[in-house]
Amino acid sequence: MKYLLGAACVCIFFVQTLQAADKNMPGISPAEDQKSFVEYFSKRFPSVPFQEFGNGIYALDEGQRAQWEEIEQFPPYEFAVDAGKALFETPFANGKSYGSCFENGGIGVRQDYPYFDSGSGQVKTLELAINECRENNGEKKLKYKKGDIAAISAYMAFTSRGELLNVKVPDEPAALAAYQDGMQFYYEKRGQLNFSCADCHVQNAGQNIRADSLSAALGHPTHFPVYRSKWGELGTLHRRFGGCNKNVRATPLDAQSESYRNLEYFLSYMSNGLEINGPGARK
Amino acid sequence: MKRRHFVSLLSTALVAMAVLPKLAMAWPKAFSETTTKGVIAQLFPGLKTASSDLVTLKAPAIAENGAVVPVSVSTELADVTNISILVNENPNPLAASFDMTPASIPEVSTRLKMGKTTMVTVLVAAGGKLYSVEQEVKVTIGGCGG
Amino acid sequence: MANQIKIRAKQKDGIATVKCLISHIMETGTRRDSKTGDIVPAHFIEEVTLKHNGKVVMTANWGPAVSKDPYLSFKFKGAASGDSVTISWIDNKGESQSVEDTIK
Repeated sequence: MKYLLGAACVCIFFVQTLQAADKNMPGISPAEDQKSFVEYFSKRFPSVPFQEFGNGIYALDEGQRAQWEEIEQFPPYEFAVDAGKALFETPFANGKSYGSCFENGGIGVRQDYPYFDSGSGQVKTLELAINECRENNGEKKLKYKKGDIAAISAYMAFTSRGELLNVKVPDEPAALAAYQDGMQFYYEKRGQLNFSCADCHVQNAGQNIRADSLSAALGHPTHFPVYRSKWGELGTLHRRFGGCNKNVRATPLDAQSESYRNLEYFLSYMSNGLEINGPGARK
Repeated sequence: MKRRHFVSLLSTALVAMAVLPKLAMAWPKAFSETTTKGVIAQLFPGLKTASSDLVTLKAPAIAENGAVVPVSVSTELADVTNISILVNENPNPLAASFDMTPASIPEVSTRLKMGKTTMVTVLVAAGGKLYSVEQEVKVTIGGCGG
Repeated sequence: MANQIKIRAKQKDGIATVKCLISHIMETGTRRDSKTGDIVPAHFIEEVTLKHNGKVVMTANWGPAVSKDPYLSFKFKGAASGDSVTISWIDNKGESQSVEDTIK
């Protein structure tokens, strides 16, 4: 019962923020939102150390954690990381390579994504940046949910392991609007089952829904791209967004659509301070 | 034998020998059996299983995902010649069979597919006898998280 | 991407512990292609041979119930750092691979 109250408090806080934002910008405060987000989960799971939230359900369920630890002894995504490294290091037809598009040659930069690009007025995710790099160098874009984009993203995430997620929401109207749009998406009901992301991953984190266990929203983005046993391969965060939307019988949006990018922006900001631990292995 | 005939026979034999090592040894018929009894009869004809508390099977009580279930087997029995793992409810129960040599330490770990809630049976052949232990692994389709 | 075998081999007091991850589809032959509806043909490793300094220490026979990208951990005696360990497999289509590594 106290979980419901706690979740309600967080929800009311966000709703008030949303209402305030409709009237005038000063109502949006990502920093305060993030603080109360983390507080909610620490109170809800007092025995879980902050950094452990990056391990999702394995921070909350012992039986599943044991199996995950077995698999992590020699995780199946290792092949994909190797493939991603090879792709990353192979020059384009014009002689340039991915490194030229990123800070620090693309090594150890995952924690800075997504970011708000003031020039184009939109949120840029790592996958979007990878494809922009390709297009700017005369190559075709990769598809966004799996395959090569996931392998490259996995390699780049791997080089950032241990770095703390550090997403910035500058105090500019356009960035705040994108952040707010993502937050709104998170708390909106959708689909035939009429669930919001928050219903499962905030209010009912740690509970079971049929035979699936619900992981906490805090820490969600840190381990992507993810190797899911179900997929038998890597998939990107937006692939998972689509899958989750389908699970509540809502029409999934396109990977890297504006809504999903804003959603990733909000979710990632909420997980600031957690270590990058991608690519991850999940069921 | 005429010399030409001999040479052609010899070269055929040499070619055959070169090809042979690449062929797998006959894949055990036990893999095609659909019952655990059938598997045991094929793998260990004439042997009956006995329980043993010197065989340890480690498998999750509830599998997180039936496609990848970590399973470990170890035993303190002496003179182990084979460890086999059966997933009783799979269409063909025999999943894997490990033949030991004197250099082996009878301990293996792998990851198996399990189609539904099942008993997992481990067979250990040691000193001419056959031992088995089993454990249930629950397998579900989550139904909601995908 | 070509098939690969990743090996981690170490020894302590002469006992080697070898863990390996083999990239292989391990197709059961009971799955249907979601687009065509046709059965996807079985394609799985049937036999794995494990060698220490060229001598067989264990052989494994597998069926399609072994998970995709199979993992195997095994142990043997009489190992020393610097010794070689070889993992070889043959699948039901006759394809094969062999990778050698050194015990740490």
